[in-house]
Amino acid sequence: MLPKQMTSPEDAAPREVLLEVDQVTLRFGGVVALDNLSFQIYKGEIIGLIGPNGAGKTTCFNAMTGVYRPTSGEVRFDGEQVSGRKPHRINRMGIARTFQNIRLFPEMTALENVLVGADSRHHTSVIGALFRLYRVKPGPEELPVVDSTNGLVRFWQQVRRSSAQVFGISRHTLEERAGERKALELLRFVGIADRANDLARNLPYGYQRRLEIARALATEPKLLCLDEPAAGFNPAEKEELLDLIRKIRDRGFTVLLIEHDMRLVMGVTDRIVVLEFGKKIAEGSPAEVRDNPKVIAAYLGEPADAA
Amino acid sequence: MTEALRQFNERRRHALGGMADRWRALPRWQRWLGVLAGLAFLYYLPFLGDIPGTNLIIPGLDWFRTDSIAGGSNWAGVLFVCALYVLVAIGLNVVIGLAGLLDLGYVGFYAVGAYSVALFGSTQSPVVQSMQRQFGLSEEWAVAWAVCIPIALAFSLVAGVLLGWPTLRLRGDYLAIVTLGFGEIIRIVAKNSGWAGQAQGVAGIPGPEGPPSADNTVFGLLKIEPWYWLALTVVLLMVLLVRRLEHSRVGRSWLAIREDEDAAAVMGVYPFKFKLWAFAIGAALGGLSGLLFASRSTFIQPETFNVQLSILFVAMVVVGGSGNMAGVALGAFLLAYLPERFRDFSEYRVLAFGLALVLIMLLRPQGLLPSRRRTRELQDRAKEAAVNVA
Ligand SMILES: Nc1ncnc2c1ncn2[C@@H]1O[C@H](COP(=O)(O)OP(=O)(O)OP(=O)(O)O)[C@@H](O)[C@H]1O
Ligand SMILES: [Mg+2]
Repeated sequence: MLPKQMTSPEDAAPREVLLEVDQVTLRFGGVVALDNLSFQIYKGEIIGLIGPNGAGKTTCFNAMTGVYRPTSGEVRFDGEQVSGRKPHRINRMGIARTFQNIRLFPEMTALENVLVGADSRHHTSVIGALFRLYRVKPGPEELPVVDSTNGLVRFWQQVRRSSAQVFGISRHTLEERAGERKALELLRFVGIADRANDLARNLPYGYQRRLEIARALATEPKLLCLDEPAAGFNPAEKEELLDLIRKIRDRGFTVLLIEHDMRLVMGVTDRIVVLEFGKKIAEGSPAEVRDNPKVIAAYLGEPADAA
Repeated sequence: MTEALRQFNERRRHALGGMADRWRALPRWQRWLGVLAGLAFLYYLPFLGDIPGTNLIIPGLDWFRTDSIAGGSNWAGVLFVCALYVLVAIGLNVVIGLAGLLDLGYVGFYAVGAYSVALFGSTQSPVVQSMQRQFGLSEEWAVAWAVCIPIALAFSLVAGVLLGWPTLRLRGDYLAIVTLGFGEIIRIVAKNSGWAGQAQGVAGIPGPEGPPSADNTVFGLLKIEPWYWLALTVVLLMVLLVRRLEHSRVGRSWLAIREDEDAAAVMGVYPFKFKLWAFAIGAALGGLSGLLFASRSTFIQPETFNVQLSILFVAMVVVGGSGNMAGVALGAFLLAYLPERFRDFSEYRVLAFGLALVLIMLLRPQGLLPSRRRTRELQDRAKEAAVNVA
């Protein structure tokens, strides 16, 4: 199967593997949620992960992001082992995700939710925030502006500018500014900037789904995992979301998409992996997968050998 | 009855609801003036009702003082205790309100701070006496008060980390029970250890002017105002520092952990690290408060640091409004002040206290000043408008 992938018509060159799930098995007591699962994700693609309810798709995400540890087998990302590391370390390696049942920080605003994601790439900690001792030499555009016409105010602005030039600006301040800029840009990108100051819990459902994506993107991942991002959307909203996913890929992110709606996955993915009862039953281009009898059987709920 | 109460509550909400927003709408210089006036008032509080330097009295204000009733406590002394409790509440608020960790053994850190200054600063403490023998020092030698401050901070910080390290993997009720045990352990260890002065405690604890004596002119035994001013200054400084944390990456991480720890971890927040910091900072503030308490009373004994005090600390945070600094400060003030002011009813004090708590929880389950956080908003509304167009 792999060689066929490598010689797919659109690019003949061998593609770089970003994430590799290698013979992963995960048991919950008696339930085998993932059964000797192996597949690869290549850089720059949109890959779909589909399967009937309870097939183990979400569990696969959980194994990749460190929420659960595989019973056996391992997950490698960019050549480094993922399984066994703490979730925040895995995030910093470059994997971000959204949740099937939305898990925002409900009492924080949309902007603050995204800021938490942006903080993943920042370094200010307690000492830095308390005493602001870590100074950074600011670039010319970071310096306080002197623009007032009022003499006294202008003098004060001048003092601030000079002291910033001499003593630098604290890393805390610079990171807060950069984080806010980035958060705002992302909110605009996913199309919810008009409610940036609303508490997450007051946002409409569609906004919450998009906010999850923005928060995940703020951590600057290489791989973005979306767990049924279009669940509960009407067809028009689904179409908009597909556009968003394509835009995300065009920005250079690799996307792993879990989705129930077969047509939706067909429309956007480059490649699809199909799970059933924790096992991979098919893998390939959307067209191949659609015609695979096992897949049809799984989706119609018939035993595979009857198809 | 409850209906009437609820109606009253509704009317009060209408009256006060917009206060915070109206305050924010004021021009900057007016807010500055307001803050300055508030600070001046806080420093003036010990003289409440008097005009300093004259014999004049402002009628009415006098009524609020605790020494306006027969057998009432010294007013400045009560204010000093209020300030201590506010400091405790601000520290505990970091742990409970911001990071969402229920700590029922906070008195342990208060005790560690108090014992640090007692054991290192007092010439009568077994620790100092053994150091004197060990290094052949004079009988008057003890660690200077100013040096005791970093010692107390370090000890309570370390106590916070030591308690947090193994226990912060626990969640909710389990954490509460372990911390409850911690508070008791500190008290029982102090009570049973020779080096901690056992049940009779330690006396002769120094203040800013050195060991207690009648010659101390500022921080003396009788004049308590300077102690209040000292504690108030410490409180204000700590409020500034904790605010800095709240409005930074650290504060956001605490909130994220409180809201959804697993989601926060997947978004790159290391929950253990930030919870440990919250614990350590809370512990340091509790220790600082304990240090001030010990210095002022010049004498401590283990039974002071009992579970009831821990529960009172938690009550201050919950009653005031967990998560909101102004709220917990108000809660701490009321819980320290009201029982003193209404001493006349001392027989019914516990009953009244219980009733008041039940009433507050019925009417304001989120506390007196609920944490309607000042959320981080876009600085510039014009910027936002531009976004909508784009
Ligand atoms: N924490 C858990 N403890 C026990 N069993 C679990 C746990 N999480 C998942 N499972 C089981 O593992 C199997 C796979 O579940 P999973 O949530 O991964 O399915 P899914 O493919 O995401 O389904 P859906 O399409 O409904 O989201 C199910 O049988 C589920 O009951
Ligand atoms: Mg799922």
